[in-house]
Amino acid sequence: MELTRRKAILLGAGAFLAAGLPFRASAALEDKIAEFTGGAEVGSGDIKLIAPEIAENGNTVPIEVSSETADEIMVLALGNPTPSVATFKFGKLAASRTASTRIRLAGTQDVMAIAKLPDGSFVQATSTVKVTIGGCGG
Amino acid sequence: MASGVKPRVKVPKTAAAGEAITIKTLISHRMESGQRKDDEGNIIPRSIINRFTCEFNGENVVDVVLEPAISTNPYLEFEALVPETGEFKFTWYDDDGSVYEETKEITVG
Amino acid sequence: MMRLTGALLAVLLTAPMASADPVDDTLILNGETEMVTRTAAPDHVSDAMDEVLSGWHFRGTETRAMQEDDFDNPGMIFVEKAEDTWNAVEGSEDKSCASCHGASDQMAGVRPTYPKWNEEAGEVRTLEMQVNDCRKNRMGAEEWKYTGADMVNMTALLASVSRGLPMDVAIDGPAQSTWEQGKELYYTRFGQLELSCANCHEDNYGNMIRADHLSQGQINGFPVYRLKNTKLNAAHDRFKGCIRDTRAETFKPGSEEFIALELYVASRGNGLSVEGPAVRN
Repeated sequence: MELTRRKAILLGAGAFLAAGLPFRASAALEDKIAEFTGGAEVGSGDIKLIAPEIAENGNTVPIEVSSETADEIMVLALGNPTPSVATFKFGKLAASRTASTRIRLAGTQDVMAIAKLPDGSFVQATSTVKVTIGGCGG
Repeated sequence: MASGVKPRVKVPKTAAAGEAITIKTLISHRMESGQRKDDEGNIIPRSIINRFTCEFNGENVVDVVLEPAISTNPYLEFEALVPETGEFKFTWYDDDGSVYEETKEITVG
Repeated sequence: MMRLTGALLAVLLTAPMASADPVDDTLILNGETEMVTRTAAPDHVSDAMDEVLSGWHFRGTETRAMQEDDFDNPGMIFVEKAEDTWNAVEGSEDKSCASCHGASDQMAGVRPTYPKWNEEAGEVRTLEMQVNDCRKNRMGAEEWKYTGADMVNMTALLASVSRGLPMDVAIDGPAQSTWEQGKELYYTRFGQLELSCANCHEDNYGNMIRADHLSQGQINGFPVYRLKNTKLNAAHDRFKGCIRDTRAETFKPGSEEFIALELYVASRGNGLSVEGPAVRN
């Protein structure tokens, strides 16, 4: 089955409805963050997130996360029906704490990367990605 | 989903000892999110690659948890250290229990 | 009615009739092969435009980069699948594609000349028709669905081994009447929106149609991996999508009309490098 335009619109409408229920939506997000951080405070610092300002298509959005020291980096798409995207754990033979992938975004939204640093602290970076729904291509 | 899944990996054939190399991986997979419905309105069950690991001579490079928000044909790029001649092992774990593996040799000269 | 159409078009190609010029960039494949993505228009379209441009110039930075490297290009995984098929024996004659043609890269130079007149059959044939002719008559295998996955993967393989070679379809001789038919279709307004191919891809390329950057509608990059549906798409399926977007009943992939249109549209890109599988929105 293809993701047709009609279905994409329905999906978008679903996301909109979810956004209309801020308590539940943010609860899922808060749970996810708490699960990763164990409730610790999240500051800013050694974490970078590179994402396009405007995505050509929400189905395939290239992103890159990087940090000098992180042990783990979790990526969240705050406006998706479920916010989780991926969690990268860097092992002994990781040459850097850098990773790239391609992700799905249900619409214009913030993407967040949270890094767990070796001292047990957490830092985050956020980037807004505009997702266009086009004439014929979208 | 076990049929027609094809992994691709790009690793240089040689490296200097301790050199950082870039690794790119892609696997053909629909990554059915579990959010979509079919034409009859039934939810299409989630079926994704949920974990990817890369090891070199048994030592971990990366271990990635993938969620349904990862695009179809999941692409991952990262950097690895190569201390000696050996073998990279890449493993993708499917929701349906299938495991896809690929290996690449690299020579340290 | 014409006035209404004009008004509709003005609304579609909105505000501001934003001209987003094609990106000035050079496509170098795998850091090795420089592709011709813009060149002087062939004689038969020089009355309409001076230069022909690959759709690559109309895509965003990330999408353009995805096509530059065979590993980053998700379309190439389907080329690899087709490579397995190329070498697989099938059908009553116990033959694979390779049994007759050798390695797939022996087919370099084939893609750029299709659609092409077949003297024996007395018809203009697309690459898909030729593949199915081989399957049926040489291999004794079942024909593939015209735009099914097997077929589009195979045409992607055949395109990939011709990448960098210039599109070069013949439009004269016995192919001429088909070409004329394709040209007629190209300039015919279809659907409730009364749009012809030319209204968007000749008169308005470079402009925005809502959030979309209109290209010249060249097909040198087909089959294309589209970010939208994350798979390879055949040219006839794209034609179908375009005509559907005009709110018309469309022709079928593999129909006489689309074969003619493919020949005509391909000829508008004569001189551009074969790019398939290209990456597009």
